[in-house]
Amino acid sequence: MIVGQQKKFDEIWEMVKGFRKVMVLGCNTCIAVCHAGGDKEADALASMLKIKAANEKVSMDVSHGAIQRQCENEFFTPVLEDLAKYDLVLSIACGVGVNFLSARIGKTPVYPGVNTQFFGGVPKPGFFEELCGGCGSCVLNLTGGICPIARCSKSLMNGPCGGTNKGKCEVSQDIDCAWFLIVERMKQLGTLEKLFEVQPPRDWSGSFHGGPRRVVVEHLRDIEEKQ
Amino acid sequence: MKSGSNLEKVIKSGQPAVTAELGPPMSADAHEVIKKANQLKGFCDAANITDCQTAVVRISSIAAAYIALREGLEPVMQMTCRDRNRIAMQADFLGAAALGLKNCLCIAGDHQSFSAAGRLKGHPGAKNVYDVDTCQLVGIMKKMRDEGLQQGGDKLEVAPKFFIGASWTPMGDPIDFRPYNLKKKVDAGADFIQTQGIYDMELFKVQMEKARNLGLHERTAVLAGIIVPKSAMMLKYMDSSVAGVSVPKELIQRMLKAKDAAGDDKKKAKELQEQEGMKITVELIQQALEIPGIKGVHVQAIEWESAIEHIVKAAGLYPRPDFSE
Ligand code: SF4
Ligand code: SF4
Repeated sequence: MIVGQQKKFDEIWEMVKGFRKVMVLGCNTCIAVCHAGGDKEADALASMLKIKAANEKVSMDVSHGAIQRQCENEFFTPVLEDLAKYDLVLSIACGVGVNFLSARIGKTPVYPGVNTQFFGGVPKPGFFEELCGGCGSCVLNLTGGICPIARCSKSLMNGPCGGTNKGKCEVSQDIDCAWFLIVERMKQLGTLEKLFEVQPPRDWSGSFHGGPRRVVVEHLRDIEEKQ
Repeated sequence: MKSGSNLEKVIKSGQPAVTAELGPPMSADAHEVIKKANQLKGFCDAANITDCQTAVVRISSIAAAYIALREGLEPVMQMTCRDRNRIAMQADFLGAAALGLKNCLCIAGDHQSFSAAGRLKGHPGAKNVYDVDTCQLVGIMKKMRDEGLQQGGDKLEVAPKFFIGASWTPMGDPIDFRPYNLKKKVDAGADFIQTQGIYDMELFKVQMEKARNLGLHERTAVLAGIIVPKSAMMLKYMDSSVAGVSVPKELIQRMLKAKDAAGDDKKKAKELQEQEGMKITVELIQQALEIPGIKGVHVQAIEWESAIEHIVKAAGLYPRPDFSE
């Protein structure tokens, strides 16, 4: 899932304070799971904005709502017309939702209420960790299912750097060294010798470094064209 | 000869090689480099010129290496994977070779967060590169030198001829993988290896035996890294906080004893600890050179380049071999 955190309230207030009619719009998929931008958070944020506006004697009309996904057309159909009536939509979806809505809403600005961070998992409640960097060319088969791109602070492909310290990454004692984990996992799988081979320089053109990416699934396009 | 560098000649001659380290200054002060180069000249076969170590902005390795070369000190330029992509790296190799540099050490580089770990503000918000890692960088240099090709495949009319080095942390985690870490660097093309600072010689011997069992000592020249200890505090810090470094208790005790011998005299305590530190260094050098497969030592006197002369002489490694025609 996509993981993000709500921006600091002061930063949100600075963005929002000049607008009279504001809609706080949540998204009920990934970003709701990490308690940053679902309908509950939209409700809470709208209340905070109302209180702040009252305290600051700013006349501001704040509403809130949420849709199932801010990254697909079909979920916007029922609400798009209504959203266009606001001076500002503060989207607390991930950055994808903000982009997507912004391209469809017409003249109303859409501002981000969330800092979108990474693709991650939820190993335990309230804990989210980055597990994939969307590099466009997956090598998890070579590394025991542990991503060296997203989980090694230097995205190393050929083993640990000199900074590994008691299984932790040199960047912080809170970060597990991905290569420490990879070596342990490969031992467990009985495939350690796979790591002895030198991996050549990567082709990063399929990652973000090749420019913005698109995926086209031909058979789905064909169905749509027929309809 | 792969590069014709002095370091390569010394290693080829079978005599124990001595490399040292020169840290460029955090300002545009060439004199600092010149001063340190002259302190090291004649007492080592080549000196590493660090590449923004601990991610702190300093005179670039190539520029400082060129200044050192002009002073008559053979440099080992360093190249981290942190700051450059493969385009910038290869461009710098061409430029460095054109300037007459002949040795290069490839390293991953400390993460940029290190730059603000001490007293400095640093640049912890910098973006890092890591387009390629150390093994891949070594491979790129080798391909340029031996095949006359850029990494992408384009031809080089004149290939840069470098003696290629890589670092090795023999006692880092996960320790049983470390010999294979070395093997990968050698497979990629590392002609010489400089290790992380070693204080625990017994453990290092074990790791070297594993390296020998893989035949690596015959395919690369391993130079044992020795970091000159300055004080008991420094040894304690290295033991507790530096990855892949463990310091035997006896060594810390010896430094503490030297410190205590000075009583309340702080200046004397510093002097006595420095003397003890040099003594320890000489002993470590001698022990390291006895280990089968070790081809030399890499002695790092961090911000204390003037200590090298004494250490090298006391270790019986002076004068250095002279290959100048
Ligand atoms: S290798 Fe690439 S695609 Fe696979 S998990 Fe890592 S970042 Fe994601
Ligand atoms: S310590 Fe481990 S995770 Fe951190 S940069 Fe080095 S290899 Fe990568």
